[in-house]
Amino acid sequence: MADNSIEVKGLYKIFGPHGEKYIQMVKDGISKDELNAKYGHVLGLKDINIKMPSAKIQVIMGLSGSGKSTMIRHINRLIEPTIGEVIYQGHDICKMSKSELLKFRRHKTAMVFQKFALLPHRTVIDNTLFGIELQGVSRGEAEERARHWLSRVGLDGFEDNYPNQLSGGMQQRVGLARALTNDADILLMDEAFSALDPLIRMDMQTILLELQEELHKTIVFITHDLDEALRLGDRIAILRDGEVIQQGTGQEIVLHPADAYISDFVKEVNRGRVIKVDTIMSPATTPPTLQIPTGSSLEFAAKKLTDSNETAAAITDTSGAAIGEISMKAVINAMVTPATY
Amino acid sequence: MSLKDMLPDYLAEFPKMGRADLRDFKKGIDESFRVFTRENGETIENFFYPLKMFMVWFEKLLLGTPWPLMIAVLCLLVWFGARSITMVIGTALALMLIGYLGMWDDTMRTLALVSVSTFVCIAIGIPVGILMSKSDRIQAVIVPILDIMQTIPAFVYLIPVLMLLGIGKVPGLIAVCIYAIPPVVRLTNLGIRLVDKDVLEAADAFGASPRQKMLKVQLPLALPNLFAGVNQTIMMALAMVVVASLIGAHGLGSNVLKAVNNQYLTLGMMNGLAIVAIAIVFDRVSQKFGKRLQKHSEKVHG
Ligand SMILES: Nc1ncnc2c1ncn2[C@@H]1O[C@H](COP(=O)(O)OP(=O)(O)OP(=O)(O)O)[C@@H](O)[C@H]1O
Ligand SMILES: [Mg+2]
Repeated sequence: MADNSIEVKGLYKIFGPHGEKYIQMVKDGISKDELNAKYGHVLGLKDINIKMPSAKIQVIMGLSGSGKSTMIRHINRLIEPTIGEVIYQGHDICKMSKSELLKFRRHKTAMVFQKFALLPHRTVIDNTLFGIELQGVSRGEAEERARHWLSRVGLDGFEDNYPNQLSGGMQQRVGLARALTNDADILLMDEAFSALDPLIRMDMQTILLELQEELHKTIVFITHDLDEALRLGDRIAILRDGEVIQQGTGQEIVLHPADAYISDFVKEVNRGRVIKVDTIMSPATTPPTLQIPTGSSLEFAAKKLTDSNETAAAITDTSGAAIGEISMKAVINAMVTPATY
Repeated sequence: MSLKDMLPDYLAEFPKMGRADLRDFKKGIDESFRVFTRENGETIENFFYPLKMFMVWFEKLLLGTPWPLMIAVLCLLVWFGARSITMVIGTALALMLIGYLGMWDDTMRTLALVSVSTFVCIAIGIPVGILMSKSDRIQAVIVPILDIMQTIPAFVYLIPVLMLLGIGKVPGLIAVCIYAIPPVVRLTNLGIRLVDKDVLEAADAFGASPRQKMLKVQLPLALPNLFAGVNQTIMMALAMVVVASLIGAHGLGSNVLKAVNNQYLTLGMMNGLAIVAIAIVFDRVSQKFGKRLQKHSEKVHG
């Protein structure tokens, strides 16, 4: 399978007419507020280095104004970097010519937007095939492919509606179908589910995870919601004021928050759902009767233990061999201990 | 004793150009324009020749069509534009009354003039509006020109048009177009500039070329505004037919002019009202058509 990883290297973005002039100052540690107050330039991103794994979901998280949208727009270069590189399959996206960039956007990327950004004058089906229409795919084939993806996101029968005849959740399904119809390796999602009601949001997350199981796209998913980040993200990077302050798996971040800002973030998290049994297991001794597969969550383990009235369980790998064991006490302990910093 | 008397001359009276200098100044410009006309008159006339032929052909076509067929065609157009049976009946009645009162031929001439000038305004105005929307600099140049075109008294630009092209159909057409083109230019520009930034970003993200973006996103979304511009252009063209008749555009306008010169009250009223009737039909039809273009903005649920 092709390597669709994306590597962001040394990326800086300073908004304003002469961004490049202030790079050195930013490197020397001028604060965002000072740069803005003294020089009228806005620090968007500072020294971003992220390796986004191929065929996985990379979440970028942070509060409003932390630079998430700015970050994701560098991957398809809707925003020009001040300096830095975004490497995909050996090419620096930031150095592509206009026509190369157009091709790259048409064939390699697709994007889903927070405010849906559907074309109001086009029907659902015409919105869905917009991307491949730009590629030059014939009308017949385009319609067929669009119908397929509309059906996959559960929008059968709405092909001829206009976007504003649909609810927000349905509109975002159209947005998702439009992106999937493009058949691109990279899927960029900027707070794609943030505008939706909690229940519909869960639905959409489920749809996305199901689709990803068979599609294996490289997904860059932006959110300001930790639960969403933990549910979707294979890897998570946390931004603050344009800087990455921690990156790793969800579990790593919950267990070892890098600073007070992040531990504040993860305080409210349901640790039972995030932490895996593997993290807290002790070496296998005399195997207990109850078996729990590797990669299960603590919550799952706790339920198993109470259901079967056991105090300990063996952790088994895919072949069924014991690789460790956990006790009920250890599980509960890990679930209730807040991350301290 | 007024304030003026206490002041030195150069403050009391505006220091104006000497009478002779001023005369020479005006004469100089007039003369050079005349020379320009003499030298280029023919080229300019040749340039407009195809337009003139088109006007002549179109007017003949309207005049040569038997009235029942003409009414049928117009009613069909109204139906296509407005989809309203009341509008169709109203149009038919108005046309029949016009014919009965002996204004059929002049109405056809006016119709020809207004249609061709609207066509010209659209053909020039939309591309100019698109250009304007693409660059703030071009916009900064064109906006004042449009302001001048709309505020300068029509009689003033009739003079050079007349000097260049004499009396006739084309000068009338040009006079109408100068007056009527600004709305379609302005509203094309505005419509394109008002297109939602998020939608444009989506088009960029999916790799739309500037041309694809214009044709598939910006123009379609600007259409309601653009159409409001066309509507205003038609109305202004109709408002200009009387003035245009001063330099040879025949039709209802020239009758009004005759009525003014000779104090024929009824002639003036009748032809004036015929213009109003046409204006109402055009206005309602183009407005309804414009509304239909926005069908997608009707909410059904959600
Ligand atoms: N075009 C621009 N010109 C100047 N400053 C900008 C521009 N775009 C973004 N910024 C600034 O860059 C910073 C990061 O903005 P960005 O939109 O990336 O944040 P975000 O994390 O996506 O926030 P949100 O959650 O509100 O979408 C903000 O301070 C913002 O004001
Ligand atoms: Mg954002």
